[in-house]
Formats: sequence, C-alpha cells, structure tokens
Amino acid sequence: MTTDHAGSVTSDHAADIDRHVRIYITVFVALMVLTIVTVAVSRFHLPVHIAVTVALLVAVIKGSLVACYFMHLISEKKLIYAVLALTVAFFIALLTLPVLTVHDGYWMR
Amino acid sequence: MEIPYTVEIRRDTGLTNGKIGIWLFLASEVMLFGALFASYILIRTGSPSWPRGDTILDVPLATFNTIVLISSSVTMVMAWASLMRRRFGTFRIYMGATILLGFTFLVVKYFEYSHHLHLGEFPRTNNFLAIYYTLTGLHMLHVMGGMAVNAYFWGPGAKQWKTNPEWFTNRVEHSGLFWHFVDLVWIFLFPTLYLL
Repeated sequence: MTTDHAGSVTSDHAADIDRHVRIYITVFVALMVLTIVTVAVSRFHLPVHIAVTVALLVAVIKGSLVACYFMHLISEKKLIYAVLALTVAFFIALLTLPVLTVHDGYWMR
Repeated sequence: MEIPYTVEIRRDTGLTNGKIGIWLFLASEVMLFGALFASYILIRTGSPSWPRGDTILDVPLATFNTIVLISSSVTMVMAWASLMRRRFGTFRIYMGATILLGFTFLVVKYFEYSHHLHLGEFPRTNNFLAIYYTLTGLHMLHVMGGMAVNAYFWGPGAKQWKTNPEWFTNRVEHSGLFWHFVDLVWIFLFPTLYLL
C-alpha cells in the first residue's frame, strides 16, 4: 500500500482507489439490471431448455462480474488462477457426471 | 510468536498466506455447493415431473433478497476501499451497512420459511422442498458465519486498526472475499430454485 511517512494515502493511490470505487458502482448497476432481466425472462414461460440456458447465462455473467471486480480476480496472481482452474475442472465434472447418467431426454422436452 | 506473511508478500507465491488460505477455503466451498447442485440436477432429471419454482416459492420476496445481498456485496467492498484510503470512520459505516443488509436477508428468509412451514410444506413433503431447504439452509448458515466475522471486525476486532492497519485491511479483504462468495452462490441459487 502506498503511503507517505505520516501514514496517510498518497494522491496517486487515492486516485486509484477512487477509480476502483467508480467500477464498483458500475458493476452494482449492471447486477441490478441483470437481476431484473432474469426475473423478466422467467415471466415468458419459455420451454425448459431455453429457460435454463438463459437463466444460467445471466447468472454466469452476474457471477463473473462479482468474481472479477468485487473479488478482484481480474488482477489476481497466477497461483490463485491455478487453484481456481483446478476447482472449475472438478466443479464441471461434479455437475456433468450426474447428467450423463440420465438418458431419457429430459432437457429436450 | 508472530504469524509470518500477514502483511509482507511471500516471494514464492507473490501473495500473503491469508490470501492463499481464503482462496483454498473458497475452492472447498465451491465443491460443497457443487455437490448439492449436482444432487439437484440428478433429482430433477430423474423425477417424472418437477414444479416450477414460482408456483411454490415467493419470487418478489426472493428478488428483494437478491437485491439486498448484491447491495451488501457493494457495501462490503466499499468498506475495504475505505480502509485502503485510511478512512476508518467510513469503513465502520459501510461495514455496519453490510451487517444490517445481511440481517435483513435473514429476516426475509425467516418470513419465507415461516410461511411454508405454516402451510405444512416441510423438507419431507417432496423432493423440491427437500432440495430447497437444504440449499437455502446451507446458504443461510454461510450468511450467518459471514455476519459473525464482519461483526467482529466492525466491533472488537477493529482495535487492530490502531496497532497494525495493513494486517487489519488484509483481514477485512479476506472476510470480504467470503462475503462475495456467499453473494455469488445466491446469484445461482435464485434462478435455479425460484424461477426455473
């Protein structure tokens, strides 16, 4: 953290934090809009496979915004990315394996 | 004995130990919720029929709770940004708001649960309610845990700001990472349970 000898924040650092705060506000507005979109789309009573795709797509966008900006993943170190890459691989396997066991075409109805 | 690498960066990882620790913990949390999401998929796809969430659950109430939780994520990150700017008073306001928003989420959830239980809709009633109570119940426990940690940093834990502000800022960042994760889980739970 960049501070002067008195322990206060330097102007460069303060400007950097202010820039971050503006991003947080923008992301907050985007998340609100996407929440409204999610609820609005559900009112159309689309076929299951389309409704699931749209809902999960919006949720992935919202989740990515939270992870990238609020959790600062967009500027994180390589080790964190490595840990998360491994987690994502196992997470996908965890979600996919049960689906592969079902062959009655439920999602196609 | 002093705990190493609380403020200073490790040369091998480029991170503090606390940062690595919280991300490893969150990775385990992803797998915990992932297992329950996988169970949900398996139960739903294996069921001859499945109700739409909005025919059983209260969507407006859950939408309100979604807005509450997203707002709490913003106040949490603003609390951390306040510490980065050395504004302790502002930190207290934002952290207090985060705790209050978490409390609001729990109160809404209480009314939601009460309504269903009053109608005789218990986890044993059907598979939909079983997975609903399990997923939202576990999520609620995480909200409570996050609130407890945040309340500690807002109250007694804040004394560390005077003795070691960098370490305190790091600790708030780590509790923030957990709080954002709780928000992230809800972002997926909301459409999955209430809208589909």
